[in-house]
Amino acid sequence: MKTELSLDVDGEPYHLAVDTRMTLLDLLRERLGKMSPKKGCDHGQCGACTVLINGRRALACLALAVAHDGSEVVTADGLAHDGALHPVAQAFLDHDAFQCGYCTPGQICSAVGMLDEFAQGWPSAATIYPASEPELDHDEVAERMSGNLCRCGAYANIVPAVQDAAGQMAPR
Amino acid sequence: MIPSAFDYVAASSVQEAVQVLSQAGEDAKVLAGGQSLVPVLRLRLATPTTLVDLNKISELRGVREDGDAIVVGAMTTHHDVINNELIAEHAALLALATLTVGDPQIRHRGTFGGALVHADPAGDLLAPAVALDCEMVIVGPSGRRTVPAGEFFVDLFTTAVGPDELLVEVRIPKKTGWGAHYEKFNRVAQAWSIVGVAAVVWTEGGSIAQARVALTNMGATPVRAVGVEQALIGQPASAATIRAAAEHAADGTSPTSDGSADADYREHLARVLTGRAVAAAAGVGGWRA
Repeated sequence: MKTELSLDVDGEPYHLAVDTRMTLLDLLRERLGKMSPKKGCDHGQCGACTVLINGRRALACLALAVAHDGSEVVTADGLAHDGALHPVAQAFLDHDAFQCGYCTPGQICSAVGMLDEFAQGWPSAATIYPASEPELDHDEVAERMSGNLCRCGAYANIVPAVQDAAGQMAPR
Repeated sequence: MIPSAFDYVAASSVQEAVQVLSQAGEDAKVLAGGQSLVPVLRLRLATPTTLVDLNKISELRGVREDGDAIVVGAMTTHHDVINNELIAEHAALLALATLTVGDPQIRHRGTFGGALVHADPAGDLLAPAVALDCEMVIVGPSGRRTVPAGEFFVDLFTTAVGPDELLVEVRIPKKTGWGAHYEKFNRVAQAWSIVGVAAVVWTEGGSIAQARVALTNMGATPVRAVGVEQALIGQPASAATIRAAAEHAADGTSPTSDGSADADYREHLARVLTGRAVAAAAGVGGWRA
């Protein structure tokens, strides 16, 4: 069964008819040619398909496209501004925070969402609740980025890249 | 895999959702956050012909105060539970447990009510609901009814909510000032709990006046650790009390054996994690087990 929907992806409006069973991830990749959200596990475990939906990080593989009429979606592609990389993407480059790169767009979208959550004072399981002025130390970043797996094991550079992007250089 | 074909209905009210469910019967499924249902559909473990989406029903979201209770709408997301001041003050256990559900992306989309009705025995919110004596408010074609959390979870993935009914909100009696902790054991971040323990403790003058302890994944449904509670109440809030009480944690449970753990290992975990959870909730420092 097909249903029509309108949504905004990386600042561009789209109107299209989709099968009710189509995930947002398949819509982005197969209908709109947005290839930065990756299909890793396709079951909500790896985080490679992380995008920002209405400003919050979410898994495109667990989102039914039909349920996102009127949503605003930003992929890693859409984070660049006026031809300049987003500071998080630049930090990943500066810190060589990847090996194969498959998980990277999801990691970057997730980090962008995470830094916004942190700035708003949202707690994490690494922080004793209620949160009192936590710092983005290694454990905080690891917990807050736990939804994104890197099977190359580039975490040793991903964590400093995220800390760098947050304006807090990692102690070396 | 692609799910089997279904009609999609974005209900605009509880009444409309219930009406659609009544017409579709067993062939309908309710879409809340979708973080469990979408994988279930894609594995074709369920093949509904109608999907009723609750995301447009704003009355199902949010937390409010109502006398001696706080009321959490079924469609309130995990992140909104974690960041809610009423929950932090009156039901901190729920926030602490919710912080361990899935990962941040999942917690933005997944909902409190969805997790409860999904009723995965390894889900982290079932035991807190039981420990906090929550009342589950269900709406169906014949109106509203309230079921205590202790009777809500019927079996594996099965609750008191009928095929034509919705869980609309959860009433949580205030536990203001109670110590609270949720302790879980899992293999890696974001994995399901092998065992989890939810504890809330009220201490008075160095003694444990009241205690509620419930266990995750020690059976098909969440289990109240009554033996532990009885061994704690009226005793000094000390490591010795807690150590003795925690020995009862697996009493009367029937945990499963699976790829993550054998039943006897789960029983061991229940005792160890109960000690940790109660010690943290009661503020007993220097705990080692």
